[in-house]
Amino acid sequence: MVLGRTADGLFWMFRYLERSENTARLIGAGLRIALTRSRSGAEEWSSIISTAGATDAFLARHPGYEFDGVVDFMLRDRTNPSSVMSLIEAARNNARSVRTALTSEVWEATNETWMSLRNALKTPVTHHGLPEVLSLIRQQSAYVRGALHGTMLRNEMFNFARLGTFLERADNTARILDVKYYVLLPSVIHVGAPIDNVQWETILRSVSAKHAYDWLNEGDPDPAGIARFLILDSRMPRSMAFCCKQILENLRYLEADLPDPALSLALAQELTDSLRNRDIKEVLEEGLHDFIQEFISRLGKLGGQIETDYRFHS
Amino acid sequence: MDKEFTPFDEMFMAGGKVRRPYSGYHHWLEDQHTRRLQQKSSEADALFRSVGVTFNVYGNKDADERLIPFDIIPRIISAAEWSKLTRGIEQRIRAINSFLHDIYHRQEIIRAGKLPARLIKGNSAFLPQMIGVTPPGHVYTHIVGTDIIRTDENEFLVLEDNARTPSGVSYMLQNRETMLQMFPDLFSAVSVRPVSDYPKYLRRCLSDCPPAQCEGRPVIGVLTPGIHNSAYFEHAFLADQMGAELVEGQDLRVVDGRIAMRTIRGYVPVDVLYRRVDDDFLDPLNFRPDSLLGVAGILDVYRAGGVTLVNAPGTGIADDKAIYSYIPDIIRFYTGEAPLLGNVPTWRCSEPDHLAYALENLSELVVKEIHGSGGYGMLVGPAASKQELADFRELLSSRPENYIAQPTMCLSTVPILARSGLAPRHVDLRPFVLVSPDRIHISPGGLTRVALKEGSLVVNSSQGGGTKDTWVLED
Repeated sequence: MVLGRTADGLFWMFRYLERSENTARLIGAGLRIALTRSRSGAEEWSSIISTAGATDAFLARHPGYEFDGVVDFMLRDRTNPSSVMSLIEAARNNARSVRTALTSEVWEATNETWMSLRNALKTPVTHHGLPEVLSLIRQQSAYVRGALHGTMLRNEMFNFARLGTFLERADNTARILDVKYYVLLPSVIHVGAPIDNVQWETILRSVSAKHAYDWLNEGDPDPAGIARFLILDSRMPRSMAFCCKQILENLRYLEADLPDPALSLALAQELTDSLRNRDIKEVLEEGLHDFIQEFISRLGKLGGQIETDYRFHS
Repeated sequence: MDKEFTPFDEMFMAGGKVRRPYSGYHHWLEDQHTRRLQQKSSEADALFRSVGVTFNVYGNKDADERLIPFDIIPRIISAAEWSKLTRGIEQRIRAINSFLHDIYHRQEIIRAGKLPARLIKGNSAFLPQMIGVTPPGHVYTHIVGTDIIRTDENEFLVLEDNARTPSGVSYMLQNRETMLQMFPDLFSAVSVRPVSDYPKYLRRCLSDCPPAQCEGRPVIGVLTPGIHNSAYFEHAFLADQMGAELVEGQDLRVVDGRIAMRTIRGYVPVDVLYRRVDDDFLDPLNFRPDSLLGVAGILDVYRAGGVTLVNAPGTGIADDKAIYSYIPDIIRFYTGEAPLLGNVPTWRCSEPDHLAYALENLSELVVKEIHGSGGYGMLVGPAASKQELADFRELLSSRPENYIAQPTMCLSTVPILARSGLAPRHVDLRPFVLVSPDRIHISPGGLTRVALKEGSLVVNSSQGGGTKDTWVLED
C-alpha cells in the first residue's frame, strides 16, 4: 500500500536530487569553458542560468554574469529554489516526510548528503574550491543512488523514485539542447561560420557524455551526431529516448494493478514513440528548437498526469 | 551540607564504594581510558546526527534541528528494583483505566465523595463528547509513559502519569542501539534485558483493540502532525519499525463511515490509529475548528466503532495535574489495594490553606501550571530569582486553581561522563507501558533523562536535559 502523498514525496525527492546533480554538472562544464576561454565565460554562465529557468531571478539579484555571482546563486543561494543547497534541502525534507518508504540506508545517505553539503557550502565557493565542491556533489549523488539500488525493494516506491529521476533527467537534457540548439543548427555550418568545437564539447560534458561520444564516434564531433546522441540514442543514459523508455517501463509496472487504464501510460507511450525511428536530419530540418519545445511541453503534461493518476494530492 | 540535600547516588555510596547493580559495569569501566570514552561519546553524537534523531525546539523557529545530548554512562536498575517498580506501575495504570471508564460513565467516585465534582466539570481535559462511550477492549490508555523519580535506596515516586501521548520511546531504542554499536563487548560482560522488541509489542498492543467494524487483520496507522512536529522522528521511526502506515490528517477522510487513507489506488480503511495529535486538533468538526492536523468527523466514526483511536480521546483527565494528587485515592477506590508507588506530596493551590502554605514557602517549592508540560510555565523555587518569585506569587494569588505546588524533590543522581571524568547529575525515569485488554507490558528499561548542568533538577530536553541508556539487569 502506497499513500498518494508518499508517491508524491518520493517522486519529487528524486527529481530534486537529479536536478541538483545536473546543476553541478552544468557548472562543471561552464567552469571548464570559462577557464579555457575567458571571453565566452559570461555567455556560458548565462546559458547555465537560462537552462535552470532562473534568468529573471538571477538578474534581479546580480548585475551581470560573473563567476562569483553565478556560482553562488546556483550552489548556495537559498532564495533560489533551484540552487543545489535549496534542492538538497527540499530532497531531504521530502525524504523525512516519506521516511517509512525508504530504507535506512537511503535515508541516511540523503541526510548525510545534506549535512556534508551544508558544511561545504557554508561560505562562498572560490574558483579554487569549486572543483572539490562539485566532486562532493557528484559523490553524494552517487552515494544516494547506490543506496537506492542496493537496498530498496523493487516495488511501487521504487517506481516513483525512478519516475522522478527520469522525468527530471529528460527535462534537463532537453533544456540543455534548447538553450544551445543554435550551436547545432545546420545553417551555422552552411554559412561557413567557424566550427565551434568547444561549444559542442560543453554540451557533451554537461551531460557527462564526452567520453562516451568519442568512444562511439571517430573524429571530430559533428552537430547532427551530437543531437542524435542526446535525443535518440537509447544506449546513452541521459538521452531523451533512454529516459522515455525508463519512464514507460516504470509506468507499465504501476499500471499492472490499476482498475482503469492510466492516461499517463498512454502519454508516455506517445512520447516514446515520437523518438522512435526518427532520422536526426529530418528533426534538424524541421527545426530543432520547435522539436525540443514540443518535447518539454509534453513531458510537463506527462508529469501532471502521473500526479493525477496516482492521487498525489487530495 | 545539610543531610537532606545530599542526593542519593545510584552508582556510588558515600565513600566511593560501588553499589551492587553497577558492579559489573564498573568493573568494565575501570579498564577504559577516559580519552577513549570521550572519543566514543563524540562518535555516538555523529551516529545520532546521521540517523537523524533530532528534534525542533518550539518557539525557536529558525534554529537548527537539535540533538538531545546522549550520555554514554548507562543508568542501571537491578531485577529486584525493577520488579517492584513494575508492580506499582501496573497497579496505577489499571486504576487509571478504571477511573477513566467511570468518569465517562456513572462517575461513582464522585458520588462516593472521593473526588470533588468541580475538578471534572470545569476541566478542559474532560471531554463531554466521550460520555457514555466505551472504547474497544475497554482500554483508554493503551500507551503510557509514567514519570518516576527516585529519592532514596528504596523510594520510587510517580511524578507524572503521561496518559495522553507520551513521547521518548524512540530514544530508549536508539540509545540502546547506539550503546550496542559503541561498546559491543560491554553487553557480553553484563547481562542486560533487551528492549528492542518494543515495536513488536506496540504493534500487538494496537492490534489487540480493533474497532467493531474491523474485518480481518487490522490495518494500523500512525497519525503524525507532520515533519515540523518536534517528535516527528519518533512517529516515523515507530511506524517504520512496526510496518504501519505513517499518515497525516491530509491523507485521511471519512469514507462510508470509516476512516480511509488516500493511496495511489484509491481510499483504503484504517482500523487502528496510533495518533500523535492532541485531542484539541483531532477533529475540526468536534473540537478546534481551525485544526488542519486532524480529520473532520473522526470522533463520530470513533463513537460508531469505525476506528480505534490510541489513546482514546479524553484520557488527559487522568494525567491532569489537578487530578494527580488524588491518584492514591483513585487506586484505593478502584483496586481496593494500598498504592504500591507513592506520589510526590502536592499542595492544591485551589484550596485556601494549601495556597497559603505555597505562598509562604514559595522559595522552597516547585510550582507547576495545571495544564503545562515539558518544563514550560514552571517555577523551581530554590533556583528562581527574586523577580521570578514575585511574578509567580502574583500568578498564584490571581489564579490559584491553575497551580499545584510540590516540595523540591531531591532526585537521585547517576554519573555522566564530563570533561574531567565521572560527575553526578540528577535523573528521572520514564518507563514505557503498553496496555491490552488482558495484559500490560512494560519494556524493561525506559528513558532516563538527565540534567546535564551541575546541580540542576530540570531534566526536560527542551530545557537542556540529556538522556542515558537504561539497563534492567537479568536476575
